[in-house]
Amino acid sequence: MKQRSYLALEDITVEFPTKAGNFCALDTINLSIDKGQFVALIGHSGCGKSTLLNAVAGLVKPTRGVIFLDGDVVDAPGPDRAVVFQDHSLLPWLTVEENVRLAVDKTAAGKSKAERKEWVLHNLDLVQMAHAAGKRPGELSGGMKQRVGIARAIAMNPRVLLMDEPFGALDALTRAALQDVVMDLQARLNNTVLMITHDVDEAVLLADRVVMMTNGPAARIGEDRLIDLPRPRSRLEVIEAAEYAAARHAVIHFLHERYRNPSLAA
Amino acid sequence: MVLPHHIPASETSASDGGSAARSAVVVPYPEEAIARRRFPPIPKPTHPLAMKVQALGAAVLPTFVMIAALLLVWQMLTGAPDATFPSPVKVWQESHEVIVHPFKGVEISGAGLKIEESGDVGIAGHVLTSLGRVLIGYSLAAVIGVALGILIGQSVFAFRALDPLFQVLRTVPPLAWLPISLAIFQQAQPSAIFLIFITAIWPVILNTAAGVQTIPAAYRNVAKVLALNPAEYFLKIMLPATVPHMFTGLRIGVGMSWLAIVAAEMVQGGTGVGFFIWDSYNSSLLTDTIVALVWIGLVGFTLDRMVALVGRIVGRTA
Repeated sequence: MKQRSYLALEDITVEFPTKAGNFCALDTINLSIDKGQFVALIGHSGCGKSTLLNAVAGLVKPTRGVIFLDGDVVDAPGPDRAVVFQDHSLLPWLTVEENVRLAVDKTAAGKSKAERKEWVLHNLDLVQMAHAAGKRPGELSGGMKQRVGIARAIAMNPRVLLMDEPFGALDALTRAALQDVVMDLQARLNNTVLMITHDVDEAVLLADRVVMMTNGPAARIGEDRLIDLPRPRSRLEVIEAAEYAAARHAVIHFLHERYRNPSLAA
Repeated sequence: MVLPHHIPASETSASDGGSAARSAVVVPYPEEAIARRRFPPIPKPTHPLAMKVQALGAAVLPTFVMIAALLLVWQMLTGAPDATFPSPVKVWQESHEVIVHPFKGVEISGAGLKIEESGDVGIAGHVLTSLGRVLIGYSLAAVIGVALGILIGQSVFAFRALDPLFQVLRTVPPLAWLPISLAIFQQAQPSAIFLIFITAIWPVILNTAAGVQTIPAAYRNVAKVLALNPAEYFLKIMLPATVPHMFTGLRIGVGMSWLAIVAAEMVQGGTGVGFFIWDSYNSSLLTDTIVALVWIGLVGFTLDRMVALVGRIVGRTA
């Protein structure tokens, strides 16, 4: 038996039934991710990035192929694969603390009530949101909501953290602040992360590896590039690095030369 | 730093294109232009209580003006001595006893409420009796309606099986249920309650179902990722997410149940505001009917507001 990576996607094909026959979203994707690696998944809209992430989350069942996480087959959603959703998906009737608490109660069943409360507040503190524990999501800005979304995900102590375009709905400055939060968390926790993004700079700044997807339908992995920049990274230092420029160059060429945005191609 | 009005004359004259000495004539800035540039005086701060009273007055004043105008028009149209429909003044005169002694035969004490059994009670007594009946019928409709709504909301099979049935049955008017409920229950008391129940339940079912069906996919995905079990999903996601729709249904339902009261009390005579109307109609006391209508309207309005208030409180804390 060959050695499998920590997170291994083997021959993943996803088809959706439509009126005009089956629509093939992903075609035989193979991807191996090591423990502690931060992988950014980039591609144009409609290329099946979200489908791939949802397959790892267990929210979408692959038509063919198997996903292994630390040796276990992924076949249903579970809290070991926490998701940070693009629209944050906080429950508006719960406070910030209760939202995180809901996740903690499901994942830290053995712990006492006090321990769980402390764990919730600790995770809120990691994203600098402990001050808003008693507020409801409706009272928070978009960036703050997403901080809570991240806190909820990491509080679950996931084996892999999935982020579905987590900063897509935020303005550029808020986005930068949240990227710093994610880098800080990554330095402390060294999670295995799979993140979808549209943003080249975000991918290169945050990830150890950028996986570029071809345009759908029947999307595949077009290119897979390691980002060889030392950690911890600083936004201001990396922009001077030759590797940063080279990686950026590679991704931009992939997205805008080899695989142009299909909606502009006509 | 050099402020604009300190710019030396040499510099400004240079920008004039090197013309000769500048005109010494000073044109005064027009008075009214200066006045226009001043801020309007800040209004004197009003006492917060006074502001509240003012706002309340502004909110209810149009209603009172409208009521007064309607009464006036009504009086003008029916004021003639040979008019067939009673005028407001005539209502006041003929139903004086009903209007000014609504609590006849009703005893409110520390032990609770006691309504005279003999039937010779004021209109408030009748209204209270009716409210008791509506409370039972409506509570049943609320509980069973919410349960059925959740059932057809989350099961496609149950929806396909039951929704057409509910859509047909909900159009049946309360009076049409009267002979059926009598045939089912044989007795007046349960028949009357069934009438209220069957009238009020449809909007509760259908709105609750719509609420469950429209739970955003995002919340369902959260539940899946957290691997919530069905009981947790029901309590933590489905119920709170459905509360606004549910209370829309409950609010329409309470109005409908109050609408059914006249039909219900045609079955169960003797007491109740529905019976009072039926009775006054049979004794040709049209002015009493008018008074009863006003009572029914006001009580219905209050019920609606009460359910809306409960909905707001539950929605905030759920």
